[in-house]
Amino acid sequence: MALELIGISKTVGGEAHIVDVSLTLEKGSINVLLGPTLSGKTSLMRLMAGLDRPTEGQVRVGGREVTGEPVQRRNVAMVYQQFINYPTLTVYENIASPLRVAGVDRATLDRRVREAAELLRLSPMLERTPLELSGGQQQRTALARALVKGAELVLLDEPLANLDYKLREELRAELPRIFQESGAIFVYATTEPTEALLLGGRTATLHQGRVTQFGPTPEVYRQPIDLTTARTFSDPPLNVLAVTKQGERATGVGAPLELAAEGSLAGLPDGRYTIGFRPHHLYLAPPGGRAVALTATVAVTEITGSESFVHLDVGSERWVAIAHGIHELAVDAPAQVWIDPARLFVFDGGGRLVAGPRPARQAA
Amino acid sequence: MARITLEGLAHSYLPAPRGPEDFALKQLDHVWEDGGAYALLGPSGCGKTTLLNIISGLIRPTRGEIRFDGQDVTDLPPEQRNIAQVFQFPVIYDTMTVYENLAFPLCNRRMAPRAVDARVREIAEMLDLGSELRRKARNLTADAKQKISLGRGLVRADVAAILFDEPLTVIDPHLKWLLRSQLKHLHRRFDFTMIYVTHDQTEALTFADKVVVMYEGEVVQVGTPDELFERPAHTFVGYFIGSPGMNILPAEISGDRARIEGHELPLGAAYGRLPAGARVEIGIRPEFLSLARAGEAAGAAVPATIRAVEDVGRYRIARTRIGEHEVAVVAPEDGEIPSDGACVVFDPQRINVYADGHRVQEGG
Amino acid sequence: MDKTWNNKGWFFVLPVLALVLFSAAIPLMTVVNYSVQDTFGNNVFFWAGSEWFEELLHSQRFHDALWRQFLFSAIILAIEVPLGIGVALAMPRKGWGVPVCLVTMALPLLIPWNVVGTIWQIFGRVDIGLLGHTLFGLGLDYNYVRDPLDAWITIIVMDVWHWTSLVVLLCYAGLVSIPEAYYQAARIDGASRWAVFRYIQLPKMHRVLLIAILLRFMDSFMIYTEPFVVTGGGPGNSTTFLSIDLVKMAIGQFDLGKAAAMSLVYFLIILLLSWIFYTVMTNAGAERGRATGGEGGR
Repeated sequence: MALELIGISKTVGGEAHIVDVSLTLEKGSINVLLGPTLSGKTSLMRLMAGLDRPTEGQVRVGGREVTGEPVQRRNVAMVYQQFINYPTLTVYENIASPLRVAGVDRATLDRRVREAAELLRLSPMLERTPLELSGGQQQRTALARALVKGAELVLLDEPLANLDYKLREELRAELPRIFQESGAIFVYATTEPTEALLLGGRTATLHQGRVTQFGPTPEVYRQPIDLTTARTFSDPPLNVLAVTKQGERATGVGAPLELAAEGSLAGLPDGRYTIGFRPHHLYLAPPGGRAVALTATVAVTEITGSESFVHLDVGSERWVAIAHGIHELAVDAPAQVWIDPARLFVFDGGGRLVAGPRPARQAA
Repeated sequence: MARITLEGLAHSYLPAPRGPEDFALKQLDHVWEDGGAYALLGPSGCGKTTLLNIISGLIRPTRGEIRFDGQDVTDLPPEQRNIAQVFQFPVIYDTMTVYENLAFPLCNRRMAPRAVDARVREIAEMLDLGSELRRKARNLTADAKQKISLGRGLVRADVAAILFDEPLTVIDPHLKWLLRSQLKHLHRRFDFTMIYVTHDQTEALTFADKVVVMYEGEVVQVGTPDELFERPAHTFVGYFIGSPGMNILPAEISGDRARIEGHELPLGAAYGRLPAGARVEIGIRPEFLSLARAGEAAGAAVPATIRAVEDVGRYRIARTRIGEHEVAVVAPEDGEIPSDGACVVFDPQRINVYADGHRVQEGG
Repeated sequence: MDKTWNNKGWFFVLPVLALVLFSAAIPLMTVVNYSVQDTFGNNVFFWAGSEWFEELLHSQRFHDALWRQFLFSAIILAIEVPLGIGVALAMPRKGWGVPVCLVTMALPLLIPWNVVGTIWQIFGRVDIGLLGHTLFGLGLDYNYVRDPLDAWITIIVMDVWHWTSLVVLLCYAGLVSIPEAYYQAARIDGASRWAVFRYIQLPKMHRVLLIAILLRFMDSFMIYTEPFVVTGGGPGNSTTFLSIDLVKMAIGQFDLGKAAAMSLVYFLIILLLSWIFYTVMTNAGAERGRATGGEGGR
């Protein structure tokens, strides 16, 4: 029972929320919708669920068109960013509620509720009410309710956004296992690239209501087809610089960078390009190989605990470097940074990827 | 500006506390140096907000005393303590303009209008609010409102300390680091004593020179970001700071050797006699472990099975198992991970030893 | 069509539509019907056109009643709103005092209107009433049956006693919804008690206060039962408000057509005034928002 979106568009009050999206989501797959706030993740999910009707295009489930069918008649479950449970019911009754609606017999109901609770590690707290639980447990309850329903399509809209980061870390690691055991089509919206990578499956990157790329998650991350996708799939933001390539050399436009045209730049025709490289490929110590050094000014350093994000000004560009461990660099002090030509993404004037660190898929 | 001394502080929300379990804040002695940037970090319910409210004077502690520059202020209400506070949700005076909001604390203290005007304009300039002075405060965005509440503290030149209670909760994620860095600049410029309460490690480590980590009503470590990362004083600090957290393994220690799961490991230093009957563990961060093929590994290697490998993009997390225990290893982005017959290699210098959760000093 | 089309919602609205039709629309049409005709009973009707309306609008009696009505509402609002805010501010925010105060406040609201009238009618009597007798005993010449001023004071005090609670409860609801952080910030900023009221409490109460004023205005403008029971509109016509006048006309004199015309005019006046109140007060809030919003566009 694959879910197909064919040429879906959605316009609200003259404003395009979703533009010409075509996706095929296979049964038993995990699909991540990755994009910043307001990129259309929630709108797309509402269209998939049947909460909204697309302005144009078709929605098909298992080949059958369901475009106008309201959500009640589709087999869909949803989990939201807020922890939505029935506050007066116990965890057991919360999980059982969709089965009670469906009129499942008592023995089956009990078995399925206990299975779902086991999967989400809620068994010890079945008799409590949601308000006596931690945020993580409340969200597990909501997840269990969505899973127990046996829906064909489970939509999760940033389900971990409201959790403390340690709980988020825990649930993130567990979710792929939980999803694999269910067999439904999962659609998971998130703003965080790390979350997409941890979930695996397939990722669709969204930008201003358009799907810029859809494919296996590591592939989208490592071989983005254009600059927009690479930017969407990078946190902290992708470092970019316009360069002019002439013969054997490439010269930075906004920053004093001189590169030999090797690595990703090798073999390209002369002209203007945009190079992009991920923050962890902007090195604070020489990485070896044929890396090129340049001088930057430290704007601010963020420390996450095991990593440091150093924001740097280079010429007119603002770049971020990630270094392992704690590096407290003095603000406004000069710092030496290195770029490895073998780690560059190269985009043409239209933002299409023309060369990357590994053999990039040819632009279709 | 003041040096704040907490002596024998403890607080219970119960009228007649009996055991230590009745205390939200257990015995605490601490000195906040004049002009320091501190963070109070811990999970929800660890007592950090209670401590903040005691410093600001909103709560009177059950036991102990607070001194500002040597003067006992334990019984003084907030308005007489000369502190400023920024709350979780922006508190602004709706009907006033930005200018009037900033001028409010000064007007209440009957400062001359000319002096008020100069001071308000100076602070507004620094907070990038100069062009918004005539606007109604309630029409601004959340981050601008939060800047106004900070500004109401900064305008008062005589403030003893500025307290922040999770001030970035309602701020858009992409604006957070901007505000954080601005805050750091402001601290450098004004030299106010600042105390920043948060459950977010990035916020704490980025903002503060010294981080106070709290856990279950107790301060478990006070240290620089580097100390928290390299030498967590408590296993909780190891777990809470860093993602993934520190690996904790039960061990037997004799001299400069540790035994885990029947394997002997060298330690960076020798340890004396450990407290009898204590739960002895070693802790090592996933960053200081590496993977190698059995046989090829040199030094402190322990055989392990690899359960899963998570790809985070810039690095990978190998979830391994040594005997009964889960051990996370951070592996580089590319490079081989042996599929079977793997060993986890320890860096002896980075191993910390814990007895009953607390770090054991080398030698002693 | 933004939403997936779903017509079922209308089924839930139908009973309400039916109810409104029977309880409001049909009676109103009957009144309109009466107002343009004349009858002497026996179900015989004559066409009167706008005659009743013209007569009404030129009648001194109607003007007097209308004036009394305005005066009454104005006095009521001038007393009950500040008093209600004051009481709400003085009420405790937590502890055992909260339920005690809330129940005490709600008590007058639970008493039926004619009972309130009766209570005050007896309470104020000079011969057996506690209030009237006491005042008389103190040497005051108080008698609401004879003196128009005394009658007005009695009715106003009664209304204040009966309805201030409503304003109190609404304001209290507005006050308790203000987060504690606002008060803490104000203390830290060194704000005076007055500044806290002016810059925190009043702005946050703005919405509920609007509802309170609107409700009190409409109710006081339509007041009937209590003054009817206490004074019967007297002495003379001094407390004959619009509604009392209307009943006198319809039932006392059986001037059905004229009374119907008066009902309609009365209804339109309330509708118009409520609308004016509402737009003026909501605009006052919106305008402030807009004026500054425009400036932000620079």
